[in-house]
Amino acid sequence: MPSTPTPTHVSAITVTSAIGPGMRALAEAMKTGRSGLQPLDERPLGQHPPLARLPTWVGRVEGLDTPLPPTWQPWDCRNHRLAWQALQGDGFTAAVQAVVERHGPGRVALVLGTSTSSIGATEDAYRGLAQGEPFPSGKAATRLYSLHALAHFVRAVLGLGGVTQTVSTACTSSAKAFCTAERLLRLDLADAVVVGGADSLCASVLFGFHALQLVSPEPCRPFDRRRQGINLGEAAGFALLERGPGPLQLLGWGESSDAHHMSAPHPQGLGAEQALDQALASAGLDADAIDFVHLHGTATPQNDEVEAALLLRRFSQHTHAASTKGMTGHTLGAAGILGTAFCLQALQTGWMPGTVQTTDPDPAFGGRIALTPRQTEVRVAACHAFGFGGTNCVLLWGRDPAGTAEDADHG
Amino acid sequence: MAEHRAWIEGIGIWAPTLPDWPAACMAWRGGALPPGPGARLPAPGELPPAERRRAPASVALALEAARQAVTASGRPGHELLSVFTSAHGDQPVIDQLCQTLAEQPLLVSPTRFIHSIHNAASGAWSQVHACHRGSTAISAGEHSFAHGLLEALVQCTSQRSPVLLVAFDTAAAGPLAQLVPARAPMAVALVLAAEPLQTEALALDWQVDAGRPAPPTPVHHPVSAALAEHGMAAALPLLEVLAGARPGPVGLPLDPRLTLSLRLQPSASTCHPGG
Repeated sequence: MPSTPTPTHVSAITVTSAIGPGMRALAEAMKTGRSGLQPLDERPLGQHPPLARLPTWVGRVEGLDTPLPPTWQPWDCRNHRLAWQALQGDGFTAAVQAVVERHGPGRVALVLGTSTSSIGATEDAYRGLAQGEPFPSGKAATRLYSLHALAHFVRAVLGLGGVTQTVSTACTSSAKAFCTAERLLRLDLADAVVVGGADSLCASVLFGFHALQLVSPEPCRPFDRRRQGINLGEAAGFALLERGPGPLQLLGWGESSDAHHMSAPHPQGLGAEQALDQALASAGLDADAIDFVHLHGTATPQNDEVEAALLLRRFSQHTHAASTKGMTGHTLGAAGILGTAFCLQALQTGWMPGTVQTTDPDPAFGGRIALTPRQTEVRVAACHAFGFGGTNCVLLWGRDPAGTAEDADHG
Repeated sequence: MAEHRAWIEGIGIWAPTLPDWPAACMAWRGGALPPGPGARLPAPGELPPAERRRAPASVALALEAARQAVTASGRPGHELLSVFTSAHGDQPVIDQLCQTLAEQPLLVSPTRFIHSIHNAASGAWSQVHACHRGSTAISAGEHSFAHGLLEALVQCTSQRSPVLLVAFDTAAAGPLAQLVPARAPMAVALVLAAEPLQTEALALDWQVDAGRPAPPTPVHHPVSAALAEHGMAAALPLLEVLAGARPGPVGLPLDPRLTLSLRLQPSASTCHPGG
């Protein structure tokens, strides 16, 4: 039984990723097809240089070598620098302050998705220990070396006092954060929710995905005949979700589980399709209504095959379908907020991204993958996010469907 | 804020000295933990043999508490939404992963990496029950139990659906034990429903209140005191009430200025569900 979301809309959004800080950089890269991928080099990601080199490309965010301002020094680590960089963009902090003043800090909730949070700091602590340095201890350290550290930090920076949760479901984390946020608004447990997430490059994910043989030695090519796996990327992004209809409305969402395998997708895309069906049912829409789908499109052979089959099976010919992993890399827990940023940009400007880096699309996918950017009227955009553990989430974004309110009543 | 109602249909627990909910009820009512060094964590018999052997502590812990709660509820597992909450994830796995990364990163085990993801237990549980419904994995530091329960109650109420909550933390391991307080593992599971299937289900009225939790949330019971250094110890005030060791209400802090206020109707004088 699909649940009916209460109308909620995004009133402010900001992201930072390998294509640059802020929504303007994202819009420009989307139009021009600019990629932010670069070879993984020897620059440290934390306090120590890498112990081993991996031949791969990454979506690295520049400008993260500067420590946090002195006030925030106890929180200093790469993931929080990344979150901090994102928070400086697009007037986001000012928009949150206005909402906090309007409703009071206790009525503004925070739901952030991350897969590894500040584990890079923990990796540094272990490297330090191996070199004879003391291991961190004390109350501040307890907060920093924790999965919830990101939410704790962002809550403090924004001065929020409402319900504060970390969602950590691998690569669906920040997509599922929107579902959690909508439910909080539906039950009147908040008047506004800051939703988003951050995941930064760290040894765990680089060597972990390498161990799984899922890392591409060249720039990743989603849906390409010669795709060889993912490029890891890093990103942070935040959206302000408020109750009521609006031009950037969360029309529906779906969450499901593959119940199949910890690290491989269901071969028939069963869970992904269920998440899509749920999202469509909750929005009262058919798949034909989707003008743009931001594919998860990680560029692993299996994931792309399963997602392309879903595209061919369920989406209309007119739907513009693209993956942006060739621009940003796979940003793991931040993929949902980054995908949402592309969707909202498409709704606002009509510009939809191409599938950058892909030159020779797999013929099995029937020419349905859009390789180049395009501009047209976009009324409904879908954001796909799938992850380890068999977790699936689909978000549907669109303009206030006030004109179709009667139809929605029948849904 | 408005008060909502959910029904508790099943309870599960696992700690080395408390192998199931009936044993826990007996302990809380009798005033002492069972004697002895405690049991070893049971292998997750529901998983296929290969995965059972490799299952890390967090997955075994979570699946055992979940198994008890789902069995007691009488509901098929595949009908449940699920919420998994843990403050620190699988500490032995994270310790081993960070150790390898600090020494020979190219030797990271792919299985260990997969087990380090916070939703490993959520994924394993979905597989066991062939459950395709939504499952989430959350964390909220020292308030991870209260937030897990809140998320489960919110899903139950907003989606009018039964929800499995599984709250678990392993014992700290390696150098991280300086930062992680848990000295022993513990998992707690509840099946919550919007419409009760059983007459013996307990009604749980809940709301979120601004302000600090009212007394008597601090743990005074000797059994709770003995479990205070276990993972998920923040669940103890609610467990005392569910076991009938003292009357409610219960206020669980969501953070310093927000409380999840819980009232059982009628107060739990008998030790069910499942007890």
